[in-house]
Amino acid sequence: MTIRFVLLVNKQGQTRLAQYYEYLTIEERRALEGEIVRKCLARPDNQCSFVEHRNYKVIYRRYASLFFLVGVDGEENELAILEFIHCVVETMDRYFGNVCELDIMFHLEKAHFMLEEMVMNGCVVETNKQNILHPIQLMDKTT
Amino acid sequence: MLSSLNYFGRTDSCEKWDMIRSIRACKTAAEERSVVAKECAVLRNAFKDNDQDYRHRNVAKLMFIHMLGYPTHFGQMECIKLIAAGSFPEKRIGYLGLMLLLDERQEVLMLVTNSLKNDLSHTNQFIVGLALCALGNICTAEMARDLAPEVEKLLHSSNSYIRKKAALCSVRIIRKVPDLVEYMTVPATGLLTDKHHGVLVAGVKLCTELCQANELALQHFRKHVSSMVRVLKTVVVSSYAPEYDVHGITDPFLQIRLLRLLRLLGKGDADSSDVMSDILAQVATNTEGNKNAGNAILYECVQTIMAIESIGGLRVLAVNILGRFLANRDNNIRYVALNTLVKVVSVDTLAVQRHRATIVECVKDSDVSIRRRALELVCALVNETNVKVLTKELVEYLKVSDPEFKGDLTAKISGLVQRFSPNKQWYIDQMILLMVEAGKYVTSDVTRSLVVVISNANDLHGYTVRTLYRVFQAWGGQESLGQVTVWCIGEYGEMLVNNTNEVEGEDPITVTESDAVDVVEIVLKDPRVTSTTVAFALTALLKLSSRFPECSERIKVLILEHKRSLVLELQQRAIEFGSILTKHNDIKSALVERMPVLDEATYTAKYEMGVDSQHTTTTTVTSEPHANGHVKQTNGIGKQPDATSNLMDLLSFTDTQPPSPLKSSGDALLDLLGGGGPMDAPSSLPSSGGTDMLLDLLSLDDGPSPPASTATTSLAGLLDVDPVVINSSGDLPRNGGATKGPSAAVDPFSDLAASAMAAPSPAPGIPSIVALQTSRLKITFDFTKPPGSPQMTVIKACYSNLSSNLLTDFVFQAAVPKFIQLQLDPATGGSLPAYSNNSVTQVIRLTNNMHGQKALVMKLRVSYKVNGQNVLDQGQVNNFPAGL
Repeated sequence: MTIRFVLLVNKQGQTRLAQYYEYLTIEERRALEGEIVRKCLARPDNQCSFVEHRNYKVIYRRYASLFFLVGVDGEENELAILEFIHCVVETMDRYFGNVCELDIMFHLEKAHFMLEEMVMNGCVVETNKQNILHPIQLMDKTT
Repeated sequence: MLSSLNYFGRTDSCEKWDMIRSIRACKTAAEERSVVAKECAVLRNAFKDNDQDYRHRNVAKLMFIHMLGYPTHFGQMECIKLIAAGSFPEKRIGYLGLMLLLDERQEVLMLVTNSLKNDLSHTNQFIVGLALCALGNICTAEMARDLAPEVEKLLHSSNSYIRKKAALCSVRIIRKVPDLVEYMTVPATGLLTDKHHGVLVAGVKLCTELCQANELALQHFRKHVSSMVRVLKTVVVSSYAPEYDVHGITDPFLQIRLLRLLRLLGKGDADSSDVMSDILAQVATNTEGNKNAGNAILYECVQTIMAIESIGGLRVLAVNILGRFLANRDNNIRYVALNTLVKVVSVDTLAVQRHRATIVECVKDSDVSIRRRALELVCALVNETNVKVLTKELVEYLKVSDPEFKGDLTAKISGLVQRFSPNKQWYIDQMILLMVEAGKYVTSDVTRSLVVVISNANDLHGYTVRTLYRVFQAWGGQESLGQVTVWCIGEYGEMLVNNTNEVEGEDPITVTESDAVDVVEIVLKDPRVTSTTVAFALTALLKLSSRFPECSERIKVLILEHKRSLVLELQQRAIEFGSILTKHNDIKSALVERMPVLDEATYTAKYEMGVDSQHTTTTTVTSEPHANGHVKQTNGIGKQPDATSNLMDLLSFTDTQPPSPLKSSGDALLDLLGGGGPMDAPSSLPSSGGTDMLLDLLSLDDGPSPPASTATTSLAGLLDVDPVVINSSGDLPRNGGATKGPSAAVDPFSDLAASAMAAPSPAPGIPSIVALQTSRLKITFDFTKPPGSPQMTVIKACYSNLSSNLLTDFVFQAAVPKFIQLQLDPATGGSLPAYSNNSVTQVIRLTNNMHGQKALVMKLRVSYKVNGQNVLDQGQVNNFPAGL
């Protein structure tokens, strides 16, 4: 009943952000990302947003050129995860102002900070955008 | 993008951005690798120089490199240094690096325990939050134990930012150290009444985790169901709450978490279920289903209603929601509907059956995720009454489904057909259809069980072989279809030609003997089939040569074509079959008799080992051991001959097996092991039961040929049976046996060994057995029969210590069925020195009151101490030589 990983991937299949909540070696990660990305990106828009892969269920959603992929175990509420992805995107949008791939690449740590506020140990902890961004904006202000 | 200021200051960021830009500019993977390698080298140097000013920038770079999938272990220490630093931005990056670059397996993690402890009691709430987050993501069991008191304290913090993080951190802690469940239960209960949604979400999660971890916690939280219901009610009925609103629904995440916890608590507990049923009804009726967030809640709510002990009306509500979901045009919603129906089907099959048509349609969806779910559901729905309809649908679909899905689908269909077939004819029809449509996806297990069914359906033999013949006319190289067809033609070829056993409604066909041989020839010569199938075809030809004498010349030519096959197995078969056809025509008809009916029960137990040897051996007349052994082999369904599997077969004989002329199997074994050995020797031995035969086999090799005795050695290794006759000295088996004194009785030819030793045993034919063997201990039984009383058996149990430790307090216990009387004499000692062979012995006297009707059987229990620890070994002995 937990999130196992969150991935951001562009249309070309390049990873732009990867956060795992369980241990995988670098090789395992690369292999897993390759397989999952290939599977998800090949699916047309009208198909459902859930893909079963190995023992993961991947819930993905596409925003312009970016794919957000969340790997969960079998017991998670798929629709809630979709809602969570949307929440992540809205939060990033609010912070970066119309977020794009480059914002995430060049501010990788910021994207991670946001994710950290939202998810801990694979569980969603906060979905209020103000609460999520507050510590980050505070930090920006002081420097 | 550039407008957002970076707290590292412009120069730092610029350099990091330069790196990212140069990586982005790479056209090929090789180019990227070289840029990354260069950057890593620079970073290593910076780390070595202990560059403090740019440390956080360097770690940030490293995180980018890590994200690309390159090793970054060399930066781990830098993260720890950053965490120990004073400023918040440094700590921030340090902790992020800790969570990304390290994992709980790294020993480096030990070093941060102290920093974490300090930060958990920091005055700055954000630093405490960081520490909690890091701890929650990566802490080890050890750290969890060390820091649990700090975290528990923070659960009571007045700051909601800290409370919510402490709650999720506790989830990790109790996962790592389940003993702490009790410790966390009370503070977790306190969180359920929190006002802050973030704390509630985390707190409910913690309670869920506690309930899953421990039955007592579950009982505890059942007392608080009403307060959870109250929280849920507040959220559901609350008017617009801007902070947690998602499309007009207040905090769907919290609602879902609560519903899930309620599910856990209501399951199997009528009282709690009762308390929550009102609110569940309210959620189910009032939640708007036109947005994803609302559907997410409904989805969760339905699952809860179906899992708890709810009343009928509530269930109807839930099933209706699922019906609506299933009819939804949105694929996501249909997917979750199917997913839930799979879980519901065991609770309320009828409700699901109502949607059968829609579900079957979903199996044909263009979306593989939906197809898989639907297929799983259809399989759960199938029963005796609808199997025909559903199988027809599925087979229809099989024709058009895409290749990657066919494997799954085929496996599912064959499973359903096997489980629910109303009669054998239908089963056979469906399987043939399946093999025609998706022959290459039908596994050998499935064809094997089909053959078992065919062989058991006496009145359908003719029908089956004719149907197969008919569909084979359009054969497209499907392996499974080819195998089953040639097997059936081999067995029931004459029924194909003379149309016996016609089933009602069957079209008559005219097939000549040479037509039938044609089929086998087509398979034999098809380049697409594997050698296993060719082996099938060869055996079928051999069988046909006696069924169709007119074609025997042609068959001989076909078989002999494989004499030069590069596949050893085929070559061997061809040569042996050839010799049967040319030299042994007198016994041929007996050898290739129809297979006896395959026993379904035995098959299911041992289907992995090819056909059971006893079936063949009980019917085939034993006069030419060599060939006979191989007929046995080739009758095997789809399995290469394999010495071990046959050995296993032999070993698995039980006392209840008929003691018919099993000897031939032994010969086959010998044959397989290449022991050219004494061909005539076996026939001079008395025929005996299964187990005995095995030992016969072991002693057989006493013949003069050294290769034969090595074969026995390997055999003994495989069987894990102490052959006794072989000892480590490498002597000829006979002598080896003799040196062991009474155990020489094993050797049936020991009397030939003349003066070597006067065997004291009055029953020279009874071999010793290994009654129990573990890694430390071996117990062998030597048998003697007192003259004049066939019911009595005296067993000398010899205990050997195989380990390097002394075994003390050794006690041997035995139990026997009622028809046997047991008398246990005291053992010669109570301890076994290391590596001692038969150092302690004990005499057991058995009287078998049903001598001649039932074989001996015994249960053992052995207890001893090794290094001060008590060890208990148990076992059952049912490999007693026959005739005791």
